[in-house]
Amino acid sequence: MFVLKLIARNALRHKLRTGLTILGLLVAVTAYGLLQTVVDAWYAGAQAASSTRLITRNSISLVFPLPLNYEARIRSIEGVTAVARSNWFGGIYQNPKNFFAQFAVSPNYLDLYPEFVLPEAQRQAWLRDRKGCLIGRQLADVYGFKVGDVLPLRGTIFPGTWEFVVRGIFEGSDETKITRQMMFHWDYLNETLRKSAKQRVDQVGIYIVGVQTTEGAPSVARAIDATFRNSLAETLTESEQAFQLGFVAMSNEIIAAIRIVSYVVIAIILAVMANTMAMSARERVAEYATLKALGFPPRFIAMLVFGESAVICAIGGGVAIAAMPYVAAGFKHFAGEYFPVFEVSTLTLALQAACATMVAVAAAIVPAVSAARTRIVQGLRAIG
Amino acid sequence: MGIPLSYIIRNLWTRRLTTALTAGGLALVVFVFATVLMLDAGLKRTLVTTGEFDNVVVIRKGSETEIQSGIARDQARVVETHAAVAIGGDGQPLASKETVVLISLLRRGDSRPSNVVIRGTSPMGIALRPQVQIRTGRAFRPGTSEIIVGSSIAERFDAAALGGRLHFAQREWTVVGVFDAQGSGFDSEVWGDVEQLMQSFRRTGYSSMVVRLASSDVFERFRADIDADPRLANESKREQTFYSDQSKALSTFINVLGLTLSIIFSIGAMIGAMITMYASVANRVGEIGTLRALGFRRRAVLSAFLVEAMLLGLVGGAAGLALASLMQYASFSTMNFQTFADLSFQFILTPAVAVQALVFALVMGLVGGFLPAIRASRLNIVEALRAM
Repeated sequence: MFVLKLIARNALRHKLRTGLTILGLLVAVTAYGLLQTVVDAWYAGAQAASSTRLITRNSISLVFPLPLNYEARIRSIEGVTAVARSNWFGGIYQNPKNFFAQFAVSPNYLDLYPEFVLPEAQRQAWLRDRKGCLIGRQLADVYGFKVGDVLPLRGTIFPGTWEFVVRGIFEGSDETKITRQMMFHWDYLNETLRKSAKQRVDQVGIYIVGVQTTEGAPSVARAIDATFRNSLAETLTESEQAFQLGFVAMSNEIIAAIRIVSYVVIAIILAVMANTMAMSARERVAEYATLKALGFPPRFIAMLVFGESAVICAIGGGVAIAAMPYVAAGFKHFAGEYFPVFEVSTLTLALQAACATMVAVAAAIVPAVSAARTRIVQGLRAIG
Repeated sequence: MGIPLSYIIRNLWTRRLTTALTAGGLALVVFVFATVLMLDAGLKRTLVTTGEFDNVVVIRKGSETEIQSGIARDQARVVETHAAVAIGGDGQPLASKETVVLISLLRRGDSRPSNVVIRGTSPMGIALRPQVQIRTGRAFRPGTSEIIVGSSIAERFDAAALGGRLHFAQREWTVVGVFDAQGSGFDSEVWGDVEQLMQSFRRTGYSSMVVRLASSDVFERFRADIDADPRLANESKREQTFYSDQSKALSTFINVLGLTLSIIFSIGAMIGAMITMYASVANRVGEIGTLRALGFRRRAVLSAFLVEAMLLGLVGGAAGLALASLMQYASFSTMNFQTFADLSFQFILTPAVAVQALVFALVMGLVGGFLPAIRASRLNIVEALRAM
């Protein structure tokens, strides 16, 4: 009890310094947590992927389409339950900065994505309207789209201005689903192309293939690719997760940079914290000598220094971790446009705690050792 | 009269450990800040040097990139016969009709494929880009399945080394040369014969065209004519503008992310500087009293402590910048969001970046040292002298 009291009193001796150090820790641990969550957000698409969906695309690269007649051939493969079409549209809404995903899809697309919840009435309204489109909740919130709105898009891949009518707004089944996207009828796209660009008719960007079981998925993927081997458009079929991770991998040096930088902030705060502890220990050389003269062992002195460091880090780190969900919510409000899914994971909280502990220990090592080694006579001679 | 600088410097030197730790924190922030600016400078330089000023890119109206664009053969003929297009020694227009698509290749040491730009071009297309020089091997021969690769592709993709074979579009393609495009975006591309590639990819039209202007000042007329011609649905941009426009999204992203981080991190470092400066004031109350008693004004004490804080910032800034300058040996590659293709670029330390980083460091020192310096200047002479 006495020890704890002494540690607490020591920590509070320079209230301003302790307060500033705690504030610095708070900022650093929060920044670290946010960066970890940003990296998680990058993987949100892959996390949300279903293991019973496969993606079939042209093996050369995504910019090459597949013929429409592959649909029937894929459906006839053993283990396939459903096949849906999807084309990347790449239109611009008002300004190139307003980026969001738009897909031209077949009517059965939503059956393969049970995580997108759409009221039956809206679904029927969409199916009946050739120019109708569906909007995800996150996207609707960003631009304030409502059912019945007309949504004009300027095509980059498909020239011209395209107009769509919002017929439904779908919700994600939970917070981790990205609903920042728009879907419209593949048939609308195809029939418009039939009038304007005949050579681009009946082409499909990717096929989404539903399979019966997760275990059967790899063999189905192999069977699909074998069917189209040596054809004009060879396919590459992979799980939805692998497909999504492919996108993440293309910017993996950015992710690596963010990861490195998230440790730089810990290094910065370590320097600040080590400085605080070094200053405190230096000021108290005479006191440590007195304690030693009274018979306290070096171990005790070292413990005092470690204890003080631990108290400061526990407060700073604790407050940061406790406030994390609120900070993340605020960040999402501010930058939700870029990170539709921004959830703080338990792992992130644990890593934050680990970092605070690491800083507490590392900052106290040098001052603790030198304090423990203080020679009584020299220490007593030292002034303040 | 001011307090001598040597007094200030010695104060920092006396408390070496504290000075080093505080400057270390500041240095790390400056390192992050400078690296971000260097990355952005590198990205901009890469994409700006990709273009020649007198070259003009023609794409389909509304498409943002060459990949999205398409130009029919008859349209291409209309464009290349325009009077503003320069004529070569052999009487042919200096125009290259190209097809640009993406292929996925495996990066060295990576199991996931990256998208790489493959450009179908012609000997004319190579001639139109004087910065492109064959480094090893030779140029592709028109009419064959030969390809040449940019230097950063050759380095990062195993299959794309000299003599390597790539399989796509039902054909084997042999790498017969590696070209150096002096750090421009072409270094991240694969080039081959346009007719062969179009045939293999079963394309009937080109993606884009590059033409050399007869003289610099005819651009506006050329642009207006292409825009107005009812046979065409194309638009034209100077090659330099075209490529630097493609850096915008990635550049904004790098800047927003990097600068937000730098600002948050700087809070931590400024708190460090503040702690150090407060301690520096507290340890020297007696000294400050003496200085005041000797006749130094409050303003002199204030500026002495501010200069001390800024020196601390400068030391940190210089260290951070030195650390960041090592990054010039590294290169960075990522997907350009706009073109969807892999692009590799360098960290470039420009004088502007160095100045910005040092100013940032000085400001951090100044902000951190401001409150402690005020406290020092407000000390009462008698009480301060008693503290001795």
